[in-house]
Amino acid sequence: NDRSFNLSHGYANNAIRTSKYSIFTFLPLNLFEQFRRLANAYFLFLLILQLIPQISSLSWFTTAVPLVFVLSISAVKDANDDINRHKCDRQVNNRKVDVLMDGQLKNEKWMNVQVGDIVKLENNEFVTADLLLLSSSEPLNLVYVETAELDGETNLKVKQALTATGELEDNIEALAAFNGEVRCEPPNNRLDKFKGTLTMNDDIYALDNDKMLLRGCTLRNTEWCFGLVIFGGPDTKLMQNSGKSVFKRTSIDHLMNILVLCIFGFLGFMCAIMAILNAFWEASEGSLFTVFLPREAGIDAHLSSFLTFWSYVIILNTVVPISLYVSMEVIRLGNSFFINWDRKMYYPKNDTPAQARTTTLSEELGQIKYIFSDKTGTLTQNIMTFNKCSINGKAYGEQLCLRKQMITLVDFSWNNLADPKFSFHDHSLVEMVRSGNPETQEFFRLLSLCHTVMPEEKKEGELNYQAQSPDEGALVTAARNFGFVFRSRTPETITVIEMGKQVIYKLLAVLDFNNVRKRMSVIVRGPEGKLTLYCKGADTIILERLDPSCNKLMKLTTNHLNEYAGDGLRTLALAYKDLDESYMKDWTQRHHEASIAMEEREEKLDELYEEIEKDMMLLGATAVEDKLQDGVPQTIEQLAKADIKIWVLTGDKQETAENIGYSCNMLREEMKDVFFVSANTAEGVKEELLKMCPEAAEEPSVTTSRGGLFWVEKMETVQDEKVDGEYGLIINGHSLAFALEKNLRLELLRTACMCQTVICCRVTPLQKAQVVQLVKKYKQAVTLAIGDGANDVSMIKAAHIGVGISGQEGMQAVLSSDFSFAQFRYLQRLLLVHGRWSYIRMCKFLGYFFYKNFTFTLMHFWYAFFCGFSAQTVYDEWFITFYNTIYTALPVLGLSLFEQDVNDRWSLQHPQLYTPGQKNQYFNKKAFVRCVMHSCYSSLILFFIPWASMHDTVRDDGKDIADYQSFALLAQTCLLIVVFAQLFLDTYYWTAINQLFVWASIAVYFAITFTMYSSGMFLIFTSAFPFTGTARNSLNQPNVWLTIFLSSLLCVLPVVAFRFILIQLRPTINDEVRAKARKEALPAPAPRRTLKKRITRRSGYAFSHSQGYGALVMSQKFLLKGHMRRLALFDHRDSPMVQNQPQHYRTITEESESQSP
Amino acid sequence: MVKQESESANRPDNTAFTQQRLPAWQPILSAGIVIPGFVLIGLAFIGIGVALLVTSRSIQVLELDYTGDSNGSPCSSCSQSDIANCKCSLNFTLTTLFQGPVFFYYGLSNYFQNYRRYGASKDDNQLYGDLSSFTSPSSSCSPYNYDSSKKPIVPCGSIANSMFNDTFTLTRTVSGTTNNVTLDGKGIAWWTDYNIKYRNPSVTPLKNAFNGTVKPINWAKPAYELDASDRSNNGFVNQDFLVWMRRAALPNFRKLYRRIDASGDYQKGLPAGNYTIDITYNYPVRAFNGAKKIVFSNVSWMGGSNEFLGIAYLVIGSLCVVMSVVMLIVYAKFKFPDEE
Repeated sequence: NDRSFNLSHGYANNAIRTSKYSIFTFLPLNLFEQFRRLANAYFLFLLILQLIPQISSLSWFTTAVPLVFVLSISAVKDANDDINRHKCDRQVNNRKVDVLMDGQLKNEKWMNVQVGDIVKLENNEFVTADLLLLSSSEPLNLVYVETAELDGETNLKVKQALTATGELEDNIEALAAFNGEVRCEPPNNRLDKFKGTLTMNDDIYALDNDKMLLRGCTLRNTEWCFGLVIFGGPDTKLMQNSGKSVFKRTSIDHLMNILVLCIFGFLGFMCAIMAILNAFWEASEGSLFTVFLPREAGIDAHLSSFLTFWSYVIILNTVVPISLYVSMEVIRLGNSFFINWDRKMYYPKNDTPAQARTTTLSEELGQIKYIFSDKTGTLTQNIMTFNKCSINGKAYGEQLCLRKQMITLVDFSWNNLADPKFSFHDHSLVEMVRSGNPETQEFFRLLSLCHTVMPEEKKEGELNYQAQSPDEGALVTAARNFGFVFRSRTPETITVIEMGKQVIYKLLAVLDFNNVRKRMSVIVRGPEGKLTLYCKGADTIILERLDPSCNKLMKLTTNHLNEYAGDGLRTLALAYKDLDESYMKDWTQRHHEASIAMEEREEKLDELYEEIEKDMMLLGATAVEDKLQDGVPQTIEQLAKADIKIWVLTGDKQETAENIGYSCNMLREEMKDVFFVSANTAEGVKEELLKMCPEAAEEPSVTTSRGGLFWVEKMETVQDEKVDGEYGLIINGHSLAFALEKNLRLELLRTACMCQTVICCRVTPLQKAQVVQLVKKYKQAVTLAIGDGANDVSMIKAAHIGVGISGQEGMQAVLSSDFSFAQFRYLQRLLLVHGRWSYIRMCKFLGYFFYKNFTFTLMHFWYAFFCGFSAQTVYDEWFITFYNTIYTALPVLGLSLFEQDVNDRWSLQHPQLYTPGQKNQYFNKKAFVRCVMHSCYSSLILFFIPWASMHDTVRDDGKDIADYQSFALLAQTCLLIVVFAQLFLDTYYWTAINQLFVWASIAVYFAITFTMYSSGMFLIFTSAFPFTGTARNSLNQPNVWLTIFLSSLLCVLPVVAFRFILIQLRPTINDEVRAKARKEALPAPAPRRTLKKRITRRSGYAFSHSQGYGALVMSQKFLLKGHMRRLALFDHRDSPMVQNQPQHYRTITEESESQSP
Repeated sequence: MVKQESESANRPDNTAFTQQRLPAWQPILSAGIVIPGFVLIGLAFIGIGVALLVTSRSIQVLELDYTGDSNGSPCSSCSQSDIANCKCSLNFTLTTLFQGPVFFYYGLSNYFQNYRRYGASKDDNQLYGDLSSFTSPSSSCSPYNYDSSKKPIVPCGSIANSMFNDTFTLTRTVSGTTNNVTLDGKGIAWWTDYNIKYRNPSVTPLKNAFNGTVKPINWAKPAYELDASDRSNNGFVNQDFLVWMRRAALPNFRKLYRRIDASGDYQKGLPAGNYTIDITYNYPVRAFNGAKKIVFSNVSWMGGSNEFLGIAYLVIGSLCVVMSVVMLIVYAKFKFPDEE
């Protein structure tokens, strides 16, 4: 712990710098970065070309001005980002931590912490650097950390210090005197590996990852700990890992890349034509014309044609406009802002607006074909409410659905430990409890005893339950409110306050839940010494193990259970059994033996459990509602109408998933068939998949095409096959693993795509991502993944667009998502309104932008035939400079920011409007070609009309007007007006801003033109503005205006006629809705469909979804050697760990109810 | 209340802009607008077209080629020799009055004044009277910036060097006597060119400014002696020079040479009769298959004669009407927006 000694090694200190630039390095570095972008580099190349006098057909400023403009916009944006990062760094670097220095603790800034320092961390503090854990406040030198920032898992992880160092405890002197040498591997980015040795007093200890606290973790449940800094600042694993986020590109981006390459090809082609024609011209005309236009020394026709090629590259480069990419970014940014601003996606309850976290994907929202949704927290609220129960054959909580409004909530104020958030609607139950009905009391006693919930009492009377599954939490909370308050637990006792009286039960055994047993039991000794076994579990299981004496009750309860299940509630049956003292003793003995048995321990325990859990007395049943989020069924219906397929990928059980599928209208009774795939072998899965479509071809039809850049990417697309009727598919995670293998995955995809609804249950996060990738790869469709938890992160990252549900506890999904909002139902607005608009805007923008630039550029091409292919521009150079940057920039942005074909209500009313986006109909290669043809036509008109009308003509005072400058002015004015007229045709939605932009741009054009061509400007900058006087000499001529008028109308009218006839002959859905919208001001509100209640389904709900941790609760060494055992106090039930356990499931439908697993 | 506000701090503003509810005009291509629109535009176009055509037809134009390609033509001898100031003359007869004001143009064809290097080959600063550019002309003028003895050429560049140097005189023969028709060469260039863009250096006499420079290679006289008859019409503001320097957009062009002075007999234009143009033939065009011509023309409100505009308006107007009929038929058949 010698600071000066450690310093001499020159390790990185703990200051971090995520910012890219400092004030001095900003300019060169930023420029370098920017020129690494292809587009910018291309323009730099052009600029260099323009500086070569032999080639330069344009002055340098025509490229330089837009380039500087674009670069400065990006630079400002980068600078802003960087300033934010600087701020962030400063904040992090200035965090305080206690550092042991000179034998005492000193509060130091993070950035001053050095490698080799010993720091003291306290509870809930962030870990300062990568530390070697020395000692901690907890027994056995354990430390609990949350690694959410590192790997996104919210569960706590356990770290343990070496015993040798643990002995130091918080003895400052001992720590100060601590002298050891750590040898370890160099800094790397692997979070799960660490190798090193600690040499202390000649003893060598091995160090591994268990002894490391990594930066980014948060200390939890640990009062303090001491750590030795091993890696600081940039060397920490967190920093080594950062900055590798995947950059998502939209399909429009990909298309653009292809198109830009095509355009480059086209540009090269045009230039080559020009060069060849120039060679001919030079040979036939130019060589004769040398009297007046001598060739420069050493340049013959061939060289001239070569130079012409490059000159034309310069002139015609505007087909790849520099402002294109910048404008696209601006549009996406604007649309993202509109998403952020949307009040209808703002969730007032927890003050969460929608957020576009990635601003570059907005138009892809309009092209979604597949949605992959998580269930928990996404479709459902992940709130379980104790809804109904049946005690001793009597059902409670029934009125709820009958007379919703009339019922006042049950008042729980008599119970000062009640959870204020709990609500229940049936007064009779309270009365029963208070009147001391023994069955009812026993019922709630069971609920308060038989569980693995951990209580947390921060203040007196303020209980907080941490349940492994929310079902359990709901049940325990219910018991609490009905006067059986579960207060605290120790490994041996459970304290319950029964109707205000504290009762302590001795906990003798926990017969834990697992997937096969589907039940859990506790054996407790009451205060009077009575031994009781309380059991709760899946109804099917419990009902089999009942004492024959309660047959009658069983029937009644079964009826109730069926009812509950029909309402989509999760049900559990409860039973108890009084135990005999001697039997218990014997059983305990055998249990002990079994639990220490080396072989077949599990089986033996199971046997024992089976033995004791029989002949139980039925108490009743509970029904817990897994609440759907608001508007989920409607949203799903809407999305389905928009031809978006929704796949639910959940870690839940098959029954849960199926049930949710029904309750949110994804699976419907009227569906022809719902298939279940739950085989455990590859063959079985294949068989089950094929079963669905026996008549289909043996092999899925796969079309192979090539696409992407240079057509090197091989693309395989699985074709959709026609199906009659609606099908649903439910596939089990286990089967999915087989189905995702190479030989079966196409089969899976084909089958799945034939189904209206696909539900995958029991899937791991990895499988979620695999499914997404499968669809992405073989359907070439745009996918969206929506989820809320850490387990959805992989899926969110894999999909084209990831959506996170924000406002709930976990933020991992949100952090890795591209868009986030608070409620699933906002998805329809995001897609059907914002997505569609963004897509339309982007497509219109691209179409228009290409039109405008091709028209602009092709004029040079036509002019070449009249100027000896000399790369003479048609326009004034300043016009070329300003065309994209000033004259047309704002109107285009206006179009592409405010455009809407129909307003949001109509968009939602007609989800079919969404389908063109999925099919990529508005902008594709065909549309691009159409656009180019259109520009060819326009540019021909725009060139030849002025050409013909100016040919051999003169001003009305006989002076010259067919001169180059007047012609240039005429051509550019025509062009600008035509371009605006086209904008006028393309815009469906004229806001005041659009009008302002267009008229202002026209005004600015004339203002700038007149200014530049004024005498004053010429007097000041003599050679910069050679067009002096052109504007006033030609724009006062009537025939100039007649020409402008003619060429504009000639460009516009055919388009109008064509579109009109097209609307008549083949109206698109948009046209129809637009026409409708014109007639009616507002769409009629959509009739709210009430969902049909189904009573045929029966769900067999057990409680949680993973192996319970009863063992842990019972264990004295609670958490001790958990080797990362999931201490999932926070419910992330469908997490990877859960999936590691073997799952043996049977399909529990009504028919197979009686079978037992 | 305060608490509530702070709770909804993230609530987006409820403005028409942020909620994308800006009031907007949503035009639609409905039959009620498009078809009558086409008819109206069509009729208007036909109207304009007729007016333009009538106007254009009323303009008298007389074109006389004097290149001398063919052997029979008056200037064929000149065109084949390299003699400076070769003389030839052209006769023509007017049977009716050529309505004044009459403009006298010379026309060149297949002449690429719009060639990029040609167009760039001048020095605006020099032409603006900047004396420093006299001694060192811009490199854009190359190869006409310095002569073989490294003396700067003023005015430099290809455009100036290739200035048109044929001269014409017009005579009218009335009953045996030939009278000169007075040609007015004042104000034939743009006002802005004469007053702003081109300037002589403020050195008197003008000749001194050109000390140390040489005249363009093709020129017979230096710039300050372009017009012997009018001292103010010399240097860079010489009207003929200005007209030439305004380079043409297209390879076939005409440039104003003179106006017929509207005085005496010519008040109303050129009266009917026999005319002779005496040409001083200097400018070689045959090398590049060019042609030279003389054009007499008068003008109207729409400038010189150009039938294209009128015809185009007529054709397009008629097409519009036809189109509107077609659209009407289509509409009658499908009636799109009305059908449910």
